[in-house]
Amino acid sequence: MNRHLISCCLVLIAAASVAAPDQNAGRYLEVDEYLASAFVAEQPQPGTLWVGGALRESVEQTLGHRFAALRVRYWFDGDTSVWVLDEIGKELPITIGVTVRDDRIVNVRVLEFRESRGWEVRYPFFTDQFRDARLSADGRLSHKIDGITGATLSVGAVKRIARVALVLHDNVKTKG
Amino acid sequence: MKARYAAAFVAASLLGSTVVSAEQAPASIEDLWQIIQRQQAEIESLREEVRGVRQDAEVADKKIAVAEAQIEATGEFVESFAELPSSQGGTSIGGYGELHYNNVDANNGDREEIDFHRFVLFFGHEFNDRVRFFSEFELEHSLSSSDGPGEVELEQAYVDLALSSNLTARAGLFLLPVGILNETHEPPTFYGVERNDVENIILPATWWEAGAGLNGHFDNGVSWDLAVHSGLAMPADGGSAFRVRSGRQKVAEALASDPAFTARLRYTGLPGLELAASYQFQSDPSQVAGDGLDRGQLFTTHASWQRGDFGLRALYGGWKFDGAAVEAADADRQDGWYVEPSYRLADNWGIYARYEDLDGARARDKFTQNEFGINYWPTDGVVLKMDFRNRDHALVDERGRDFSAIDLGFGYAF
Repeated sequence: MNRHLISCCLVLIAAASVAAPDQNAGRYLEVDEYLASAFVAEQPQPGTLWVGGALRESVEQTLGHRFAALRVRYWFDGDTSVWVLDEIGKELPITIGVTVRDDRIVNVRVLEFRESRGWEVRYPFFTDQFRDARLSADGRLSHKIDGITGATLSVGAVKRIARVALVLHDNVKTKG
Repeated sequence: MKARYAAAFVAASLLGSTVVSAEQAPASIEDLWQIIQRQQAEIESLREEVRGVRQDAEVADKKIAVAEAQIEATGEFVESFAELPSSQGGTSIGGYGELHYNNVDANNGDREEIDFHRFVLFFGHEFNDRVRFFSEFELEHSLSSSDGPGEVELEQAYVDLALSSNLTARAGLFLLPVGILNETHEPPTFYGVERNDVENIILPATWWEAGAGLNGHFDNGVSWDLAVHSGLAMPADGGSAFRVRSGRQKVAEALASDPAFTARLRYTGLPGLELAASYQFQSDPSQVAGDGLDRGQLFTTHASWQRGDFGLRALYGGWKFDGAAVEAADADRQDGWYVEPSYRLADNWGIYARYEDLDGARARDKFTQNEFGINYWPTDGVVLKMDFRNRDHALVDERGRDFSAIDLGFGYAF
C-alpha cells in the first residue's frame, strides 16, 4: 500500500514533467508589456545612463555590492521613469521592473524569476507594499516592507533594486 | 552701361548703410561697383567656407556615430564579463559561511571552542529559460581528514524544470521541504549563533535526500510541494539508537530499498506571514527489515509572522515510529517545539528570545532551553551575533549536561 503510494507520486511527477511544457515558464512579463502599463499614451524612446563616478558610488552603496554594468537603459517621460534591472537573490538573477514618478515608486513588478525558491516576491501581496515608497535621507525606503519567510534573499533583492531605481530616477531627473 | 550702373546702385542700396559707412562715402558709381565686386567675392568665399564646414560637420557626425557604436560595443563586451548570470544563460557563484565561538559553563565541566562551522559555495547554471541547475558544496568544521572533525559534503545538486509559470519539477539531490531553516539557512536570515535545536534533533537540518519532486503555487499565495526521495537509515541499536539525525545517509552510497515521500502545504498570501505544514512517510526508517523499526511518519508545522519591526516564529515537529524495538526503547514518539519573538531596534539591529522544548531519542536530547541575543547586520549579507543560552535536561541522570553559554558568531552570504 505504502509502496503503491510512493509509486503513484513518482508517476505523477514523471507525467507532469513530460507534459507539454510552457516555453515561457518563469518569464511573467515582457519588457514591452511592462512599459505599456507604465506609459499609457506614448512609449518614450529608451535612454542610456552611464553609471560612473558619484552615481556609481551611490548605486553600489545602495546595493551593498559592486554594480556589474557600465550603463543602464531607461525610459523617461515628463516626471515618470521606468527601470528594468537584474539582481541576484541567492543564485540567479531576478529581472525587476520599477516605475518611479515624482520621486515615489508607482509600482514594482517581477518580470522574470530564475531562483529556485522565493517566487512569492512576484505576487501583488508583496510588491504592492512598495507603492509610494520614497528614498529617505539615509538611503533606505521611506516605509517598512514586510518580508516573506523562506524568501528572505529574494525579498532583499527586490528591496535593493527598488532603492537603486529611486537613486537612478533622481539622477536622470536632476540632469533633465 | 547705364543698366550696369543702375543695377550696381540698387545692389548697393540693398547692401545697406553698413557697407556704405564702412567704405566711407564712395566717390563714384565705379567705386560702388568695385565695392560690390569685393563683397561678391567675399560672399563666394564665405559660401565656400560654409560648404567646407558643412562637409566637416558631416564627417564629424559620421565619426561620432562610429565612436558611439564602438563605445556601445566596448560596453557590451565589458559587461559580458561582469554579467555572468545573464538571462542568455550563465553560471553563477555564491556562498555563505559562519564562524562560532562557544563559551559553555556546564555542570560537568566548562568548554570553550571556536569553530568555522560552515563554509559553503553555491554553483548555479541556467541552461535556458526553463532548465536551471543549483548546487551547494560545503566544508564543515574547517578540516576534513581521517581524524579531523569536519566533512566535505554535497548538500544540493539538482535541476529545476519549469513546466509552467506555476509548476516546477525537480530532480537530483535537494533539501527536503520541512521546517523553517532546512531550505533557507544562510546566517544573515536567522537569529542565534547556533541554529535552533528542534531543527537539529527532530528535523535533522540540514537534511537532503535524492529523488524527484514537484512544486506548484497559486496567485493567492498557496503553494505545495511533493517529493519522492531516499529514506533514512536510522540505527536500531547502540548509543545513537533511533536517533533521527544519525539516520541521514547524505546520499553517499545510500541504502535505497525503502524510499520516503514528503508533502508540504504552505501559505504566504499576506505580507510577512507564512503558515506551513509538512508530512513525511518513511517506508522503513532503518532500511533493514525485521529490526523492530518498521515505519516512520513526521508531521511538522510552523508559523512565521513579521509585522514592521516585530517578528514571531513558532514551530512544532514530531515523529511517530512503528516497530517493537523502537516502542520498547520509548523512542517511538519524538517531538519538539520552539517559539521565537524578535524585534528590530533599527534596520541593522535586532534582538530575539527563544524557548525550546525537546523530547528526542537520546536521554541528552530531552531538555528545555531558554536563550536571547542580538544580531547586527553591517550590511545585508553580513551578520554579527551574540546570544546567551541556558539548557536544563529533563532526566536526572543528564543534569550534569545542564549548561549556560555565551555564543559569539559571524556569518555572511553573497
